[in-house]
Amino acid sequence: MKRSLAILLAFGLILSAVLTGCASDGKKEETGEDAPKHTETEPSYGGHLVYGMTQDLVSLDPHESTDAGTRSVVFNIYEGLVKPSSSGDLIAAVAEDYQIDQAGTEYVFTLREGIKFQNGQEVTLKDIEYSFNRYAEFSGENSAFVKSVKELSFPDEKTVRITLTNPDSEFLSELTFAIIPDGNDPNENPIGTGPYMVTEYKAGQYLDLSKNQYYWVEKEPYLDTVRFKFISDVNTAFTELQAGTIDVLNYLTTAQVEALKKSAGDEFRIVEGNMNLVHAMYLNNQAGPLSDVRVRQALCYAVDRDAINSFLFAGKSIIIGSHMTPQLPTWYEPAAASVYTYDVQKAKDLLEQAGYKDGFDLTITVPSAYSQHVDTAQIIADQLSLVGIRVTIKQVEWTVWLSDVYKGRDYEATVIGFDGKLNPSDWMAKYGTDAPKNMMNYSNAEYDELLEKALKAVDTEEKASYYKQMQMNLAENAASVYIEDPADFVAMNSQFDGYVFYPTTAWDVSKIYQISGK
Amino acid sequence: MKKSWTFARIREFLRLNPKILIGLILVSFFAVMSLIGQFWTPYIVTRMDASSVSEAPSLLHWMGTDNFGRDVLSRVMNGSGITILVALITVLIGGIIGTMIGALTGYFGGIVDEIIMRLNDILLSFPSVLLALLLISFLGPGTINVVLALGILFIPSFARMVRSEVIRYRDRDFVRNARLQGIRPLRIILIHILPNARISILTAAAIGFNNAVLAEASMSYLGLGVQPPTPSLGRMLFEAQSFLLNCPWYAIFPGITIILMILGAALLSEGFKEVSGA
Repeated sequence: MKRSLAILLAFGLILSAVLTGCASDGKKEETGEDAPKHTETEPSYGGHLVYGMTQDLVSLDPHESTDAGTRSVVFNIYEGLVKPSSSGDLIAAVAEDYQIDQAGTEYVFTLREGIKFQNGQEVTLKDIEYSFNRYAEFSGENSAFVKSVKELSFPDEKTVRITLTNPDSEFLSELTFAIIPDGNDPNENPIGTGPYMVTEYKAGQYLDLSKNQYYWVEKEPYLDTVRFKFISDVNTAFTELQAGTIDVLNYLTTAQVEALKKSAGDEFRIVEGNMNLVHAMYLNNQAGPLSDVRVRQALCYAVDRDAINSFLFAGKSIIIGSHMTPQLPTWYEPAAASVYTYDVQKAKDLLEQAGYKDGFDLTITVPSAYSQHVDTAQIIADQLSLVGIRVTIKQVEWTVWLSDVYKGRDYEATVIGFDGKLNPSDWMAKYGTDAPKNMMNYSNAEYDELLEKALKAVDTEEKASYYKQMQMNLAENAASVYIEDPADFVAMNSQFDGYVFYPTTAWDVSKIYQISGK
Repeated sequence: MKKSWTFARIREFLRLNPKILIGLILVSFFAVMSLIGQFWTPYIVTRMDASSVSEAPSLLHWMGTDNFGRDVLSRVMNGSGITILVALITVLIGGIIGTMIGALTGYFGGIVDEIIMRLNDILLSFPSVLLALLLISFLGPGTINVVLALGILFIPSFARMVRSEVIRYRDRDFVRNARLQGIRPLRIILIHILPNARISILTAAAIGFNNAVLAEASMSYLGLGVQPPTPSLGRMLFEAQSFLLNCPWYAIFPGITIILMILGAALLSEGFKEVSGA
């Protein structure tokens, strides 16, 4: 007995004298793949499309704040005075035309001639007023929207005038709020001016839409009916796609794309776009060694962004170098992406200058539910080991991440993706020294000054130049290690075409059509 | 009963009981493999290689490579060591503390025994994985916390088993004899009673080891256990799940390793039980 227990104990003791992972030089190689060739297809009218999604809708009420999935669907039902276009601009929708005065405080909209709701009723100023007030009420008294509006008035039957307290050139993007009929409760009876109208909603199952015959855009939409089908499980959704019970599915992994290509071949069209996120290793600029700009720059040199892109997104992501998505070309500064190139020696030199010749310990906190971020952290850990930085990955629940990292700023580094609206301040204001969302604890006098100027500027070109300088500022001071705007793979049954990516959250089915002859 | 084990007896056991033999072979194979894996692996365990991503098993990579181009064999060798280590320490914590509690309460009985055993019953009435999840949500994820949580959860089953063994012996003549000689209770428990319970304890430890391997795998599978990039068998399964369709080897080899390892320990415990005539 004693001996056998002793054997067991010895076994344990030997095993506990354990464990090292050692590092040496590894080789990296780019894997390139040809982009699939896209041939022009002929649209036809009519047809039925089933769009798969892995969640139910939070609400059909457009004025309520919901999540990205819900916003993507509801985009098809409602429109505002203006609406986002796929190129990232705001185009006139319920309004036919608009003018902003020199001072930038007066917005004048002319209602679109003959525009009707999905029930055939014409849109009047009463509806605008009702929608405006309802949106203001939902936004709350302290919202930027309510604070910046001074007055809403109607000079004549076709004109809406909004006066602001201060000029705010980014105010226009607020006016994408949905216009609904006067007195209408969208939870009971959702009606808008969008290309599709709701015919049936079954919670947990599907949302059925049909073509809005009064839609103001000529020749759109193409499809007669569309069903958004809610499937709670990602793997089930993928199986349904393969079985042909759904026609479109977003956010495929590269592994799923590979599997689909192998098993189904021509049956599916894989459309590649971007998630419109700034995927980065965000750094706490006040945490230990990271407060030294040279250390942060060393991290930027030591992280091979192309390797992350090729491992996780088959090389289809867009490499970035600052906090702005390339999907917003007006504001995006392309030069920021090439401030740093992968260079282990430079990183080592910078670390040595900063007094960290033997590296240091770094904890990367990542939300465990998002495998993309955990995987990115793993790759970065391996890359940083080459310059002597010892990384520990700490996985936390999403709620813990929100409270400790995002709100509490109690972290050293974290991998996450930030999204944003069409207005650039939504992306970049968070780096202001006193900004409440300044999770990075970034503080730079020049940046603050530029931000202030940018917010006040009315002229788009002037504004853009400030935002571009701000992006270079973030890159040069290595506020964080910016990686990419991740690729988004969408699989669509090959009898359909016309999928369009938006820089905001939108699955625009009005542009999707059945290919003629299929 | 008090005869100590000799090599002759061990040989006899093995001849009599093929389960112990096969069990021993399996367990020692994985023990040696994982031990080697701590000091030497064909490739560096965490080193990624973009030029050999998701390769099928070949002469270069016997178990293929994963989605980061890491060698699966190297990770299985290193990872199974971590899995075994976690399981062993868990069993040691649960076994030692559980045996102490069970022996003391069983020997002395009384109101303390009642209270502790009822607490024990409460703990046992919950599914252990659920309790482990609860504990880890307090402690935070990580290898050490998983060991702690699982170790604590293994205490009740050992305590209950040892207690019933101690109760079986505490009124036997040889124990009374010892007591009359004025031997202190602690010595009676350690020298006179516990050695008689050795087979039961060993069997429970082997079963416990199996449960701990599976529990570690479950915890790591849920992302709560061993943290990446450190490999463990459960962690590897977790990472493999989205690649089941196009690179099944990434899941199959860690899976087979878990199965064979557990089979080995299960055969051992079965064998012990049979040999002891229970």
